[in-house]
Amino acid sequence: MKSGKVNYHIAHSMDDAITLNQAHYGNAKYIAGGQSLMPMMSLRLIFSEEVIDISKIPDMKKCFGMNGHFFIGAGVTHAMIEDGKVEDTTNGYIQHVAQGIAYRGIRNRGTIGGSIVNADPAADWPTALLALGAKVIVKNKSEEIETPIGEFQCGLMQTSLKETDLVKGILVPLISKDAKWSYVKFCHKAGEFAHSIAAIVIDPLLGLSNAVLGAAGDKPVVLSRLSTYLSLADIRNANLDKEINELLEADLIENTFHLQSSYEFNLHRSIVKKAVMEALKK
Amino acid sequence: MSSISIQVNNQPFQLEIDDRMTLADLLRNTFNLTGTHLACELGVCGSCTVLVNDEPIRSCITLAASISGMTVQTIEGFEDDNKMKVIRECFSEAHGLQCGFCTPGMLITVRDMIVREKCKTECQIRKELSGNLCRCTGYSGIVKATQLANQRLNSPE
Repeated sequence: MKSGKVNYHIAHSMDDAITLNQAHYGNAKYIAGGQSLMPMMSLRLIFSEEVIDISKIPDMKKCFGMNGHFFIGAGVTHAMIEDGKVEDTTNGYIQHVAQGIAYRGIRNRGTIGGSIVNADPAADWPTALLALGAKVIVKNKSEEIETPIGEFQCGLMQTSLKETDLVKGILVPLISKDAKWSYVKFCHKAGEFAHSIAAIVIDPLLGLSNAVLGAAGDKPVVLSRLSTYLSLADIRNANLDKEINELLEADLIENTFHLQSSYEFNLHRSIVKKAVMEALKK
Repeated sequence: MSSISIQVNNQPFQLEIDDRMTLADLLRNTFNLTGTHLACELGVCGSCTVLVNDEPIRSCITLAASISGMTVQTIEGFEDDNKMKVIRECFSEAHGLQCGFCTPGMLITVRDMIVREKCKTECQIRKELSGNLCRCTGYSGIVKATQLANQRLNSPE
């Protein structure tokens, strides 16, 4: 299947891209790697007669420290993060996530910004960055707005982006050396979209403690009871297992629509439990 | 229509193309480089894998217009490549192919794995190969061929 008729435009700067999109009344699609957009255009899941290529904008691949955070340009590819070409301020967490995304051919083109804008609940970055407490920097014609990623993704493949808005990059925290993290996903076949994802990041110094479940509903969710518990959890506690099980059960009942006896419920429970134990053992 | 300049297998070209044309269609239909195979056309099967600026990508989900100014190497462009010569021999020796449909994509992927040194264990090889589907061999032959090629190319002499 091939995509329908499209007109291709190249943007040389972010302002250029926004101006081009305005000229098409905000109906054009920005394309970076196009690793989701191209198949979706071929399958007629997306209709757009205009595409604006933003992969040639050098500023979109820039990464730098900024106000106690680290800024990653939206145009950075998964492979750049996998290969360590982007400074990792997360103790190896983002590098671990990047190397597990789809296949190398996809990682060479696909971008971190494209992944969060596509907002697929089963994709890696939406879940991984939510656990990290990342923020998204959205650029429009007149200003730049910082949005927590949990608010940026508002539903199934839906974001808070308006018409010509462009994601400039992502702000990730500078994780302290003794922070703990784990990222576990379940796929039937290596590289496919996950059936369940659990991401845990615990950094007492930053006051960060998040357990996030992905691929379980419209968008990734923070498991609030478990997250609060993990900020104080001690691996030597004899009742640890029992306490985690109870909180996890309550969190899953609240955040998923599956019966407790179902395969899906038990899959999510196993994956989150595995991730929790991996993180606490670090 | 877009005007692009592109280097294919070390030869520079300048041409006008339809904006919606994929790189795979450009290579197959315009340049007659039909070693680049098309199966799923959705980026799943990996048989259309080619090198763009020395990195493997899926040519079926890449707009040809977007790679203007870049270099493309297809399976036909490895005649003088020593690594590819060894990999081809290993695929032949270890029965790394049957019908041969996935083979162009497999060879380019395996070459990239060897260059990036991602052939340390069988598990790693299978994971790295997961983006290329083969429906005949059951992968055992391909894994063996990859291990063999990695031994010959990456072991210090």
